[in-house]
Amino acid sequence: MTTTTVRSARPSRLGRVEWKDYVVYAGFVVVFLFFAVTQPSSFLSVANLTNILVQAAPIMVLAVGLVFVLSAGEIDLSIGSVVALSALSAAVVLQSTGSWPLAVLTALGVGLGVGLLNGIFVAVVRLPSFLVTLATMGLVAGLARELTDLQSVPVTDGTFISLFGAKWLGLPATVWWAALVLVVGGVALRQTRYGAHVLAVGNNASAARVSGIKVARVRIAVLVGSAMAASVAGLLYSARLQGARYTLGEADLMTAIAAVIVGGTSLFGGKGTVVGAAVGSLLMAMLNNGLILAGLSVSQQMVARAVIILIAVSISLRGKRGS
Amino acid sequence: MTLTPTVQVPLRLKGIHKHFGGVVAVERFDLEVAAGEIVALVGDNGAGKSTLVKMISGLYEPSEGEIWLNGEKVSFRDASDARRKGVEVVYQDLALVDEQPVYMNMFLGRELVKGPLRLLDRRRMARETQTLVDSLDVRIPSARATLRDLSGGQRQGIAICRATHWANGLVLMDEPTAALGVAETAKVEELIARLRERGAAVLLVSHNLDQVFRLADRIAVLRRGTQVGVRSVRETSRNEIVSMITGLS
Repeated sequence: MTTTTVRSARPSRLGRVEWKDYVVYAGFVVVFLFFAVTQPSSFLSVANLTNILVQAAPIMVLAVGLVFVLSAGEIDLSIGSVVALSALSAAVVLQSTGSWPLAVLTALGVGLGVGLLNGIFVAVVRLPSFLVTLATMGLVAGLARELTDLQSVPVTDGTFISLFGAKWLGLPATVWWAALVLVVGGVALRQTRYGAHVLAVGNNASAARVSGIKVARVRIAVLVGSAMAASVAGLLYSARLQGARYTLGEADLMTAIAAVIVGGTSLFGGKGTVVGAAVGSLLMAMLNNGLILAGLSVSQQMVARAVIILIAVSISLRGKRGS
Repeated sequence: MTLTPTVQVPLRLKGIHKHFGGVVAVERFDLEVAAGEIVALVGDNGAGKSTLVKMISGLYEPSEGEIWLNGEKVSFRDASDARRKGVEVVYQDLALVDEQPVYMNMFLGRELVKGPLRLLDRRRMARETQTLVDSLDVRIPSARATLRDLSGGQRQGIAICRATHWANGLVLMDEPTAALGVAETAKVEELIARLRERGAAVLLVSHNLDQVFRLADRIAVLRRGTQVGVRSVRETSRNEIVSMITGLS
């Protein structure tokens, strides 16, 4: 690097950034080794590792959407219920029309609609995204319950199931779809003007505005993106489980937020990483899986997961306040 | 003040008037800033300096009067419109993005892209930024350094480089050193003086009369929205400017 004057930039960067940003990788290795040592036969089997990937897939998709939202300095609490409503709408459309393209479009339409609603209230009416998406979370969850009167809807369409649930090259399609979302999200955040604008808005919205960036448009776009990512997650669920239910995605909001934060994305905007979020999602899925294998009951799992998430998030957020 | 309507004057304000409802903020303001000239705009709080700057940068629309840029009469829909027409502003509170590298700040909102996928051309942005900061002698570790790791003076240096790079002759500076320490201020002042040597027209809003006398060629004084006068630095004194600002003799 050509350098005119050498300041203390390098060492301070090392101290401030590096280790926190790699917490997720260290955590991943530690948790992996822990389960590998304590339950070598069950945890390390190919079937179980594949299962972890499958469990992680919808979380990853949600996490990619959230990385953009958090990077822009916003939050989206509605994604969990969008998962349920998208999955249910797709299942209902499949059941009544038998057309999988229509089902997919309906699910994506749900995401687009909720995302626009969130975006307009945040960017145009200018309410905090926390409040807006808290409200739409309830609204969408209510609609999901209303849609089928709390009944689950089976999915039997073969094309639809194989599109999201078949095995390609030894891995379930749902994993490939998540990988695609990861690549697109990663490139968009790191290598496009859109990604640069998202980070700029989250870092310093007024600087972004005077630099000619359409701040309102960016805010709407990230919220539409995260809601549509939730729709994709809903599609993945409904194909894999061959059915949809209003409870889908219920626990995913916290898991996805934890995955993103642990991955190194700032909760306060301006800094985001898709790769970190992906590893964070794997970490969360691995924890879920390991806790089940360890024989914990559902309620014990909830407690253990919450404690672990709290610890992980505190570790990855701690140094950030120091700088 | 030149009265000949030279065509290439970077900024010419004619009879600018702005009122908000019944409150008059700026009353009949005329000013020209020539290329290679620094004109300081001084006045007490509430004298109308910021209103004037906001009109030139497109945030407010003048109620009456005309803004001419490089011999062309302009009106701005909004700040980005003014920016497209070549008005660049350096703010005191650093309109920069801390978590991004220097070159991304230089190209903020106008990032260079390449290829059919329109991916960011980081290498070219970094290279052009390096050339620019080197040519203006702004000392930073590298164009790829993260902004957060730079000092306040270096950051303001970046902001000024950016404004110079994109400006169409005119750079507006709104208290550019208000947030800086003494040594940093000196550096930034050097940089502003260099802009003049390069032929830029600078309109400098400053509270700091010492700075104004160090840098400016002419001083325009505003009092309660009215232009009290324009003085050449060589033909005036601190006392005269102070009494013009306060209205007391």
